[in-house]
Amino acid sequence: MSTAPTPPAAASRAGMKKELPERFKSYKHVWVFIEYEHGEIHPVSLELLGEGRKLADKLGVELIGAVLGGNRAAMQDAVVEAWEYGADLVYVVADPTLEHYRNDPYTRVMTDLVNNYKPEIILLGATVLGRDLAGAVATTLLTGLTADCTELAIDDEGSLAATRPTFGGSLLCTIHTLNFRPQMATVRPRVMAMPGRTKGRQGRVIEHAANLQEFDIITKVLRFLPDRNSNKVQLAYADIVVAGGLGLRSPENLQLVRALAEVLGGEWGGSRPLVQKGWMEAERQIGQTGKTIRPKIYIAAGISGAIQHRVGVEGADTIIAINTDKNAPIFDFAHFGVVTNAIEFLPALTTAFRKRLSVNRLAS
Amino acid sequence: MAAIQERFDAIVVGAGPSGNAAAYTMAKGGLKVLQIERGEYPGSKNVQGAILYADALERIIPDFREDAPLERHVIEQRIWVIDDSSHTGMHYRSEDFNEEKPNRYTIIRAQFDRWFSSKVREAGAIVLCETTVTELVKDTKGNVIGVRTDRQGGPLLADVVVLAEGVNGLVGQRAALRDELKPENVALAVKEMHFLPQEVIESRFNLKGDGGVVIEAMGTVTKGMTGTGFLYTNRESISIGIGCIVDDIRKSGMTPYNLLDSFKQHPSIAPLIAGSEVKEYVAHLIPEGGFRAMPETQGNGWLVVGDAAHLVNAVHREGSNLAMTSGRVAGETIVWLKRRREPCTAANLAEYRKRLEDSFVLKDMRKYRKIPALLHNNRHLLNLYPRIMSTAAQTWLRVDGKAKKAKETEIIQRLRTQRGLTGMLADGWRLARAWR
Amino acid sequence: MHIVVCIKQVPDSAQIRVHPVTNTIMRQGVPTIINPYDLFALEEALRLRDWLGGEVTVLTMGPPMAEESLRKALGIGADRGVLLTDRFFAGSDTLATSYALAQAVRKIGETWGIPEIVFTGKQTIDGDTAQVGPGIARRLALQQLTYVAAVQEVDLENKTITVLRRAEGGVQELKTAIPALITMLEGTNEVRRGTIADVLRGARAELVVWNAQTAGITDVSNCGLRGSPTVVKRVFAPKPRATKAVQIEVGDRDMGTIAEDVIARLYAVQPALEAALLRTAAAY
Ligand SMILES: Cc1cc2nc3c(=O)[nH]c(=O)nc-3n(C[C@H](O)[C@H](O)[C@H](O)COP(=O)(O)OP(=O)(O)OC[C@H]3O[C@@H](n4cnc5c(N)ncnc54)[C@H](O)[C@@H]3O)c2cc1C
Ligand SMILES: Cc1cc2nc3c(=O)[nH]c(=O)nc-3n(C[C@H](O)[C@H](O)[C@H](O)COP(=O)(O)OP(=O)(O)OC[C@H]3O[C@@H](n4cnc5c(N)ncnc54)[C@H](O)[C@@H]3O)c2cc1C
Ligand SMILES: Nc1ncnc2c1ncn2[C@@H]1O[C@H](COP(=O)(O)O)[C@@H](O)[C@H]1O
Repeated sequence: MSTAPTPPAAASRAGMKKELPERFKSYKHVWVFIEYEHGEIHPVSLELLGEGRKLADKLGVELIGAVLGGNRAAMQDAVVEAWEYGADLVYVVADPTLEHYRNDPYTRVMTDLVNNYKPEIILLGATVLGRDLAGAVATTLLTGLTADCTELAIDDEGSLAATRPTFGGSLLCTIHTLNFRPQMATVRPRVMAMPGRTKGRQGRVIEHAANLQEFDIITKVLRFLPDRNSNKVQLAYADIVVAGGLGLRSPENLQLVRALAEVLGGEWGGSRPLVQKGWMEAERQIGQTGKTIRPKIYIAAGISGAIQHRVGVEGADTIIAINTDKNAPIFDFAHFGVVTNAIEFLPALTTAFRKRLSVNRLAS
Repeated sequence: MAAIQERFDAIVVGAGPSGNAAAYTMAKGGLKVLQIERGEYPGSKNVQGAILYADALERIIPDFREDAPLERHVIEQRIWVIDDSSHTGMHYRSEDFNEEKPNRYTIIRAQFDRWFSSKVREAGAIVLCETTVTELVKDTKGNVIGVRTDRQGGPLLADVVVLAEGVNGLVGQRAALRDELKPENVALAVKEMHFLPQEVIESRFNLKGDGGVVIEAMGTVTKGMTGTGFLYTNRESISIGIGCIVDDIRKSGMTPYNLLDSFKQHPSIAPLIAGSEVKEYVAHLIPEGGFRAMPETQGNGWLVVGDAAHLVNAVHREGSNLAMTSGRVAGETIVWLKRRREPCTAANLAEYRKRLEDSFVLKDMRKYRKIPALLHNNRHLLNLYPRIMSTAAQTWLRVDGKAKKAKETEIIQRLRTQRGLTGMLADGWRLARAWR
Repeated sequence: MHIVVCIKQVPDSAQIRVHPVTNTIMRQGVPTIINPYDLFALEEALRLRDWLGGEVTVLTMGPPMAEESLRKALGIGADRGVLLTDRFFAGSDTLATSYALAQAVRKIGETWGIPEIVFTGKQTIDGDTAQVGPGIARRLALQQLTYVAAVQEVDLENKTITVLRRAEGGVQELKTAIPALITMLEGTNEVRRGTIADVLRGARAELVVWNAQTAGITDVSNCGLRGSPTVVKRVFAPKPRATKAVQIEVGDRDMGTIAEDVIARLYAVQPALEAALLRTAAAY
C-alpha cells in the first residue's frame, strides 16, 4: 500500500501494464484468513468470506479458508462454520504452538501455506491480530498489501482492485498489486456486510502440518488478561448506537446519550475529542481511528460530522443528527436532521421513546 | 531551576511579521538572536488571508518575490458603501499594477509567516516554537534582562527583549510596561477562507494570471458599529471577513459570526462566494485605537513593535507593513547600538522611537489620530450615509418618467430630512479635521 | 542501551482539503506534524533511556524538510536525529519504506551501536497501514511486538523484554528476546515537554543526513516506486450522498412534539424497528 500517494505518480504508474512473471502464473484461488481465537471465529472473517465469495465467483475460482489453532478437535466447529459461510475448502493447521496468537509461528505457518498452495488473493480482517500478521506475511513474501479496504473488486484483467481511504478519509484510492502474488488486503470489521449462512453447506478440508517446535519460538505468552468489560462495549456490532460530540459541552451531558441508548437497548459512543478530553474511554470512539459501526440506527448528538467521523458511520441504515448548526457537515450524510440543542432534545427523545415503548408493551 | 548561562544579544517574543522582521534584521546584522513563538509553528496562530505590502518587506528581503508564498498581486480595488440590498462602489483597476515588482499581494498568513520564519532561521537566529513567554525577567533596578517561558529551565537572558507579541500584549502588561487594552480601541475581526477552483475565481472577478481583487465594504453590514467588511481573492480561495470595534459588539449583543453571516448573504457578496467550500473560521483582534492608544514604545532593555505597539492604520487597513517596518527599525537600532557597544538603555533605545517618527509609520499614525474617536462618537456615519447614498443612486439611475430636476430635489430633500443640513455640515467638518 | 525510534512527518490530516473540481489534494499550506502516534513511541523510548541509561536515535525518511520533525523530536529529548532522504525513495509503498528504514537502522547500528529496541508508532495518519513496523521487524529479523501498551521489563543482561500487548479481547503479557521491534499503542503515556535546554539543543543540533548510498543501500531497485509492489491506480473523492438530511421541523414546537415526530419518521423507514425495540425493552 502506498503511503501518501500522489496523483501524478499514480497516473504515471497506472499506465504501465506489466506482464505477471511466470512464477506467479500458477497462483490461484481466493483465501480468507479465518481469525480463530478462544474457540471462536471473529465475525470479520465471516464478513470476508461473504466478500471473498463474490471475488472467487467473478474469477471462477475457489474460496478457501485458512484456520490456525491449538486443538484440532475444537476447531471442527470453525471449519463447518467456514463452509456454511461460503468456503469451498478449508486449510486447517493445528499445533500446540498456535494455541495463542503469536506473530512468529503464525507468520511462519501462513507463509508456508502460501508457498505450498499459492493463492492469488488473501483477505484478512484489519483487527489487531490481522494487521500484526498481514504486515509480517507480506514482507516475508515481498508482496503488496493494502490495508483497511472499504471496497474490493476484480478488474478487467483479473487483478484485485482494493479501494481504501487515504489522507485521513478525504479521498479514496484504488490500489493494485500488479506483478506480485498473492495480492493481500485487510478489511476492518463491519465494513462488509455479514453474509447469510447456509446451514448444512459442506466443503472440503485439508490438514497441513505446522512443523513447529515450541523451543524454536522465542516469544512466550506469559498471561492473557481478558478485557473486563469486553462484553459491555460492543459498539461495532450494536444495532442501535447513540453518540455524542463536543456539542454536548460537558462530560456530565454524556449521561443524556447513555440514557437514550439504554432505553433503546443500544450502545453508546462518541467523537474523538471526547476521548482526547478524557470524557470517555477510547473503546467508545467512533470513526476512522475508532470503531466502524454499521447499526440499523445511529443517533449523533452534537457531532459536526468531520470526514474522519463520517467514514466510521456511513454504513448505518438510518442516521439521525441533532445539531444546532444547520450547516453542520453531518447533515450532508444523515438521513434525518433536527436543528436544535441536543442537551434539551435528548431527554425529550428518551422520554418519548420510553413512553411509547411502555404503552405498547402494556398493549401487547 | 538553574539558569542557562548563555546570554543572547536579543530575544524576540513572537514570530509574526514584526517579530520576524526584527529577528531577521538582527541576525543578518550578526547578532545572537533567540526568537520565541507560542504557536506550533510561526503562523499557526495567525489570521489566514491578508494583504502584503511589498515595499515594507522589500526593505528587509529585497528578493522576497523569488520564493515567498504569494497568492495574487492586487490589480483592482473596490471600495463599496453598502446598504441592505445594494452597494455603491468606487472601483479602481489598472494595468499598471501588473508591473514587474507589484506593490500589493494577497497572502495566506499561515504560509507566509512560515516562509518568513525560515528566512529568519537561515539568517542564523534560533527559533523556538511551542514555547510561551510567561514573563519578563528584571534585575534589581527594574531593567529587563530576559524572559521566562512555560518550559522547564531558564530564565533566558538577553541584552534586549523585543516585544512582538501582537495585539494582546500580555507579557508587556504583566510587566507593567503598558495598560490593558480598552474595548473601544480594538476591533474583533472574524474571517473565513472560501475555497473555489482557480478558474471560477478568475471568471467571477475577471482576472487572469496572478492578478487579484480586493473589496472593502462599509455601511450597514456592521449594523451601525464601527467596522468594515473585506474580501480578498487568493489563488484558489477567497478570504472574507468583517471587523468591528469590540466595545460596539459588546453593546450590540450581536455575535461576530452573525455579522459575518449577514455580510456573506448580502446580495452583492453572495454570488461571489457561491458554491465554495468554507474552511478555517478565525477570530482575531486588531488594535484600532490609533496613535492615541499607543503604549510606551521602549524602556530599559526592551522595546515594542507591531500590533503590540498598537501600530495599525485602520483607515487604510494597513498593519503588517507597519509591523514589519517597526520590526526592521527596531532591529536596525539594536544592531547600531551593538556596533557602537552601547547598552540598550531606555535613553539609547529612544533612537528607535526617533527613527519611527521619521518613517511613514508614525507620520501616518499621527495623521489619523482623531479618526477612531470620531467614528466612535458618530455612529450614524457608517449607517445613515450608505442608505442615503444608495437611495440617491437608485433614484438617479431609475428611468421612470420623472424629470431629472425633480429627482435632484427629491434626493436633496431626503438628505435634509434624514440628517439635516447642519448635521451634514458638522459631519463633513469633523471628518475633514480628523483626516487632515 | 541504544533505542531507535522511527518517526514520520505527515500532513496534519485535519487540515487537508480536496480540490472540489480536480479531486486532488491541495497540499498548499497544509501544515505538517510528527505523526501523532509516533510521539507515544518516542516518549516510551525516552522513558526507558531515563530509566536504564543510553541513547535514543530518531530516524525519519522523507523530503529534506522532514528535518523539522527531527528537530522537534530532539526538542522533546531525543539524543540524535537521522534523516534519510533521496529521490530514489520517492513513491515508496510500505514494503519499500520498510526496506529503506531497515537498511538505515542497520547502518545506525553499525555507527552508534546495535539498538536493543526499535520503536515505531502504531500507524501513520496519512498512510494509515500499520505495516511499516512489522515490515522493519521482518527485514531485520527482530522479534515483532505490535500494539504494545507498556514495556514492563527490560533485562539487558539476559537480553529479554516483557511487554503488555493489546490483543483481540484482552491484553497479552509477552516475553521475548531483544533486539525487538515495538509498535506503540496510542494514549499509553504522556508525551513530555522538553525543557528549555532540550529545545535549544534541538534547534542547534547537527543532524545526520543520509542518502541511499550513504545509508548503505546498494540496490536501489528495492526502493521507491521500483521497489513497491502496489500501484495506486486511481485517487478519487468519496461519493457525496445524493440527498441531504430531511430536516425535521423545529420552529416553536416543544421538544416532546419534535421527538414524537422523529420517532414516527423512524418507524416509517424501519417498519421492523418497533417490534425489535419492544423485544429488547422487554428483556430488561
Ligand atoms: C488523523 C485523525 C483521525 C481522526 N479520527 C477521528 C475518529 O475516528 N472519530 C472522530 O469522531 N473524529 C476523528 N477525528 C477528529 C475529527 O476531525 C473531528 O475533529 C471530530 O470528529 C469533531 O468532533 P465533534 O463533532 O464532537 O466536535 P466539533 O467539530 O467541535 O463539533 C461540535 C458540533 O456540535 C454542534 N453543537 C454545539 N452545541 C450544540 C448543542 N447544544 N446541541 C447540538 N449541537 C451542538 C456544533 O454545531 C458542532 O457541529 C480525527 C482527526 C484526525 C486528524
Ligand atoms: C482579520 C484581519 C485582517 C487583517 N488584514 C490585514 C491586511 O490585509 N494587511 C495588513 O497589512 N494587515 C492586516 N491585518 C493586521 C495584521 O495582521 C497585523 O497588524 C500584523 O499581523 C501584526 O504583526 P505582529 O507581528 O505585530 O503581530 P502578530 O502577527 O499578531 O504576531 C504575534 C506573534 O506573537 C506570538 N505570541 C504572542 N504572545 C506570545 C508569548 N507570550 N510568547 C510567545 N509568543 C507569543 C503569537 O503567537 C504570534 O505569532 C489584519 C488583521 C486581522 C485581524
Ligand atoms: N517515512 C517514514 N520514516 C520513518 N518512520 C516511518 C515512515 N513511515 C512509517 N514509519 C513508521 O512506521 C509506523 C507505521 O506506519 P504506517 O505503516 O504507514 O502506518 C509509523 O508510526 C512510523 O513509526
